[in-house]
Amino acid sequence: MTLFSHHPNDPAGSADPAGSVGSVGSADPAGAVGYGEHPPRMGFFTDTSVCIGCKACEVACKEWNAVPADALDLTGMSYDNTGGLGADNWRHVAFIEQRRPLGSARTGVSHDDVDVLALAEQGSGTPPEQAPMTPTSPPTDRPPQPDGRTELRWLMASDVCKHCTEAACLDVCPTGSLFRTEFGTVVVQEDICNGCGYCIPACPYGVIDQRKDDGRAWKCTMCYDRLGAGMEPACAKACPTDSIQYGPLDELRERADARLATLHDAGVDDARLYGRDPTDGVGGDGAFFLLLDEPETYGLPPDPIVTTRDLPSMWRRVGLAAGALAAAAVAAFVTTRRSR
Amino acid sequence: MNHRSPDAPSDRAPRRRRRGGEQPMVPRAEFGSYYGKPILNPPVWAAADVGGYLFFGGLAGASAVIAAGARLTGRPRLARISATGAAGAGLVSFAALIHDLGRPDRFLNMLRVLKPTSPMSVGTWVLGPFVPLAGVAAASALTGRFRWLGSLAGTGAAVLGPAVSAYTGALIANTAVPAWHDAHRELPFVFTASSAAAAGGLGLFAPTAESAPARVLAVAGAGGELLAFERMRHRMGLTAEPYGSGRAGRLIKAGTALSVAGALGAVLGRRSRLASAASGAALLAASLCTRLGIFHGGVASAEDPKYTVVPQRERLRAAADDDS
Repeated sequence: MTLFSHHPNDPAGSADPAGSVGSVGSADPAGAVGYGEHPPRMGFFTDTSVCIGCKACEVACKEWNAVPADALDLTGMSYDNTGGLGADNWRHVAFIEQRRPLGSARTGVSHDDVDVLALAEQGSGTPPEQAPMTPTSPPTDRPPQPDGRTELRWLMASDVCKHCTEAACLDVCPTGSLFRTEFGTVVVQEDICNGCGYCIPACPYGVIDQRKDDGRAWKCTMCYDRLGAGMEPACAKACPTDSIQYGPLDELRERADARLATLHDAGVDDARLYGRDPTDGVGGDGAFFLLLDEPETYGLPPDPIVTTRDLPSMWRRVGLAAGALAAAAVAAFVTTRRSR
Repeated sequence: MNHRSPDAPSDRAPRRRRRGGEQPMVPRAEFGSYYGKPILNPPVWAAADVGGYLFFGGLAGASAVIAAGARLTGRPRLARISATGAAGAGLVSFAALIHDLGRPDRFLNMLRVLKPTSPMSVGTWVLGPFVPLAGVAAASALTGRFRWLGSLAGTGAAVLGPAVSAYTGALIANTAVPAWHDAHRELPFVFTASSAAAAGGLGLFAPTAESAPARVLAVAGAGGELLAFERMRHRMGLTAEPYGSGRAGRLIKAGTALSVAGALGAVLGRRSRLASAASGAALLAASLCTRLGIFHGGVASAEDPKYTVVPQRERLRAAADDDS
């Protein structure tokens, strides 16, 4: 099985010999768990400002990973009939309809000077310096709002497992089924998982879940089998707007910062990065996002913290509580005489 | 642009009250969510299995301690009841845990690793030796044979017992479930106290001449449980709300009432074996209700995005206040 073989090769064909690049300040979860020489940490940057809600990511993910179809529900939640992430949905496109203008964006922007064929050729590997001028960038001048029209913005965002630097699911897994790959991602070994279900409430994002008829826990693997062969994950490959970008995490963070600056300059004040900060409650996400509203609007927790951080104090209290029980029992026997 | 603009001072919550009032956190009327869907995936554990396990594991652990004490102090009938309780409840615990697995045939995969970051892993390694030790002790106590082996095994079970009772606090607190995780400071104490009440309650079935230590432990446990739970609820604020409503609320209330009744009965009826046994039964039921209530309260808190979003927003706001 390719799933468990390690490929110390360069995972992304276009990536420069990373590891040397900007590793200062960026966590190295693969190295921390004992991989010697390993590829750079790979991740997703999902730029929701260019998501068009096509759900190609959901389909590609299901196709590649042979994820079972689930019930075709009509939820009434805009175009979202997937509902959320779970055992059978490893990508989930959220749709949010709002009566609010999208910054100062306008239609009719000229893209005459953009060579779309050249852009297509370079795939999702846009170099960071070119990231600000993707074809869908709003104009940098601030046009007037159109009069007399109802303002509507339709937010779309493709959610996925965050592949946390400090992954609660991995920490609590009692079988070692969940493990850290050489790419710094978090993967379930399905031949080990015994379906104990501990990872499910442990995940602060509500990502991993149990497949009912199967009993085991399932989630995004960031296409571990494709990564090993130097290919990008299926969702990123299928994304027609490069809303889902795959690459070395350091490079993605740089690219995201540039994109955020562009959007702020263009007047999209709501734009913010989510999960990018390595000092956040999970040590930063391996899959992070550019959002146009508060995280909870997309069904994301605003400030998740991995509970493993509190575990040392919990163990201390378990020790104290156990000691208190033992002491109470001793006291109960010492203070009572044999018979009355 | 932002409907909760951070620089609009008007809707800022006033600085938190200086002294700890009733609630450390004032629930906000509105919060953002995605169509009201939960942020977390709620636990898939069955209430009967894992909720039940919280009770039986606690009962088993504390009963092993009582059994050892009774044996050392020459109370054979109390020792017999408690040793049998420890072994029986231990077996039920183990069965419940295995039954709850999505793939019970793969139970042994639990023994591949020992991970201190996983209370379930640690618990497996504690419960694993505990159950056979308690079993040997009970078999010896019931048959009167191999007494030295029985007392050795019983001592071993008594050493592990408090850990078996207490670790389940960390087991459920080490999750993102708001009503469980926010309870992590007190939960181990609530659970060991509840275990003491339950195991003491079981010991009250012994003849009154021998059950005095069980009675002390039962009353102390019931009192400790009530105190620790109230303290926990007070400190948690918003995320303790699920413990007061719905099925969880009913179970907790029933648990409290049974606890009080059982403790009073244990004191007042100390001369009557029948009254003692009835009180013991009430305490056992109280512990079961409390555990199931805590289980259901946690699930309810995971199913409502309010308990995930509002406290996290509050935390961010407090951090921003500290910065400014």
